[in-house]
Amino acid sequence: MITFKIDGREFKAEKGQTLLQVARENGIDIPTLCHHEAIEPYGACRLCIVEISRGGHSRIVTSCLYPVEEGLEVKTGSPRVISNRKMILELLLARCSKNKVIQELASQMSIEQPSFKPEYLEDNDCIVCGLCVRTCEQVVGVSAISLVNRGITKEPASPFLEPAIACIGCGSCYYICPTGAIKMEDRGDTRIIYNWKVEFKLKKCKVCGNYWAPEKQLDYIRKKWDLPEEFFDICPTCK
Amino acid sequence: MSSKLRSKQDLEALRKELMKRRQPDKPRITICGGTGCHAYGCVRVTDAFKNEVARQGIGSKVDIKTTGCHGFCEKGPLVVIQPSDTFYQRVKPEDVPEILDKTIIRNSIVERLLYTDPTTGRKITHQQEVPFYQKQKRIIFGSNGEIDPTNIEDYIAIGGYSALAKALSEMTPEQIIEEVKHSSLRGRGGGGFLTGTKWESCRNAEGDIKYVIVNADEGDPGAYADRSLLEGNPHSVLEGLIIGAYAIGAHQGYVYVRNEYPLALANMTAALSQAQELGLLGSNILGSGFDFNVRITRGGGAFVCGESTALMASLEGKVGEPRAKYVHTVEKGLWDRPSNLNNVETWSNVPIIINKGADWYRTLGTDGSKGTKIFSLVGKINNTGLVEVPMGITLREIIYDIGGGIREGKKFKAVQTGGPSGGCLPESLLDLPVDFDELTKAGSMMGSGGMIVMDETTCMVDIAKYFLTFLEEESCGKCVPCREGVKRMRQILDDITEGKGYEEDIDLLDRLSATLIDSSLCALGATAPNPVLTTIRYFKDEYEAHIKEKKCPAGVCKALIHYYIIEEKCPGCGLCVKACPQEAITFMGKKKPVALDESKCIKCGACYDICKLGAVGKE
Repeated sequence: MITFKIDGREFKAEKGQTLLQVARENGIDIPTLCHHEAIEPYGACRLCIVEISRGGHSRIVTSCLYPVEEGLEVKTGSPRVISNRKMILELLLARCSKNKVIQELASQMSIEQPSFKPEYLEDNDCIVCGLCVRTCEQVVGVSAISLVNRGITKEPASPFLEPAIACIGCGSCYYICPTGAIKMEDRGDTRIIYNWKVEFKLKKCKVCGNYWAPEKQLDYIRKKWDLPEEFFDICPTCK
Repeated sequence: MSSKLRSKQDLEALRKELMKRRQPDKPRITICGGTGCHAYGCVRVTDAFKNEVARQGIGSKVDIKTTGCHGFCEKGPLVVIQPSDTFYQRVKPEDVPEILDKTIIRNSIVERLLYTDPTTGRKITHQQEVPFYQKQKRIIFGSNGEIDPTNIEDYIAIGGYSALAKALSEMTPEQIIEEVKHSSLRGRGGGGFLTGTKWESCRNAEGDIKYVIVNADEGDPGAYADRSLLEGNPHSVLEGLIIGAYAIGAHQGYVYVRNEYPLALANMTAALSQAQELGLLGSNILGSGFDFNVRITRGGGAFVCGESTALMASLEGKVGEPRAKYVHTVEKGLWDRPSNLNNVETWSNVPIIINKGADWYRTLGTDGSKGTKIFSLVGKINNTGLVEVPMGITLREIIYDIGGGIREGKKFKAVQTGGPSGGCLPESLLDLPVDFDELTKAGSMMGSGGMIVMDETTCMVDIAKYFLTFLEEESCGKCVPCREGVKRMRQILDDITEGKGYEEDIDLLDRLSATLIDSSLCALGATAPNPVLTTIRYFKDEYEAHIKEKKCPAGVCKALIHYYIIEEKCPGCGLCVKACPQEAITFMGKKKPVALDESKCIKCGACYDICKLGAVGKE
């Protein structure tokens, strides 16, 4: 066991646990956007920064990635953490000036307007946290999309910006996106994911007649788990 | 090619045989084959020598050799004739018959090809006496001019691979690490981390499979030292790498080299196969029982791949994006295995430390930075080129004594060290001793050894904008502070240079910088503010002139300058009328001053440049 302190309180944790895991297990709030417990930590949004010290020197690290260390002192809300986090949020707000999630986070930190000139404010929903891409790879196992380009032009996209042929239409990207940047719609017997330019036929339940999941997704699951042909004929609600 | 070398004695025997075959008194014409001289046409000069020697049938009297970069790129193509050390510069194919006739056959000098010292006006015959070389200490770079980089025998003849033989036959891995630690060699790629300590951590890290990596992804604008080492002396890098691999316990190495360096790639590839043939790579190297192989990987053109974790991701075939280094790469690097990455120049220091000993190495440099450093001296300086100097030399010595001062007698303004994320240092810091710690203290950094000299015609706000624009394009885009922050900083600088800046902008730049330094994922973002912070620190008056007075003191920022005709000086010659691409200047008749219509002027400066009478003003 490793003993260390968060905001003056002593905690014990297993080797290999991250600061964020221990903080959240103990009800200490650290904001995140690019983090999800089902996915490998990535360290892109930088909102989860904390100030650490052992001895004299202190520095800023991302708690989602930093492993617990014996004798470490962690501050989650020091003036240095707060001023950095505020600036990061200002940067996000300048990019996504009309996004409700970012606006809400900013307002929680008493930021009404970013410090940048109004004419530079952008109307984007994607913060390039990569959760959609990472979920598709690590959870779904399909890697239908990836992050393309670099720098300010980086974005999640389908291969060559053509329809994502490997996509199974599961919508995990849509559900996990923290800012609602992925646009998905079920319209009658069709599911459309606009971002990846794909459409899927939905399966009709033999009992209730509702369209309940994309056929391609159900085929993928059936093959992966070697399930019988008729396994998904009836929807989970009617089963 | 000789057969496989199975012991240190085999290597020694080969060296003796090579020396015996060589006649030290036979004249050797060495032609610099570095990148700079290539651009000046050294290939045609080499061909001319070969053809002329063949035509005259004097092949038995002279050897011709294309070597690595000699460093004095400003004066290429360079030809040095040995053993007399006769130094000819700016040699053209037409000069070749005269050189052969006078210097080789009749042992005299072609005066007009000698270098003239601009301060004394004296002609200099020998390379060693040229001021550019005099203050240098060329322990790494010196052999470049002596050897054909594509011939391993040349390297062996000057003592090459003897450090490897010594390491394998006389030293334990621990002793090698101790020696490198004792030398206090620090990584030449930018970070300046102690090389021996890094090796030790990698050796002690858990895992059977370990890797060693050469970082040859030199991407700083204006920097080409690593390039010239790989091109000019690839075996010295390889020898260092094999010694490091043995010390660390790695059996596989990688050379990650930019695809934009075709000659470096070709020469390193040739070096690997020659070393393999001689048994200096592969299994049971020099009979020691140590096995080691090396592969070359070409970089895809992303600046960020010079960052160690991004480079390793790229080596794995993934997108070159950095990751957090809370667990160091010496423990979990390439394919999550212990990996030791060092820069080209760092590796090539290793054979020297092993051969000459750490005690000798420690006599060079300052307390905190030992040895020498190669700098790419470029910009508004008379002697552009690659210079290797002992750590602790002052900026003034590099710029004035070696670099020959500022071009066209203009005034020095700043020197930018450490690449795009380094800092701009002003005249008041010219006596700063150049080493890792002093440069960092001054707000700049050693980086990979770029040194860009700027004169009074450089606008410091514009230069900060230039570097930020570069970094904005090269940011990988993974983390918010770097991706979004560098862009916002560049936008603010855009505004300032266009006369749309506010006084609060400087404070905002400071606040943004603090967040980038603290919160960025990798060093690209964390050091990106350096050009801005140092120009604010040392040239604040220029920022204020742009913001408050809406003026660019250096006359660079187009939105803040205007051109006008000084009527009393203008004889109406009409040169500017012809030069103007916008027809903004009108001819008003003979001996009458021309008229400039500012509404049509695009501020290209063509009139200003063409008028030799100073009749075009700029404000």
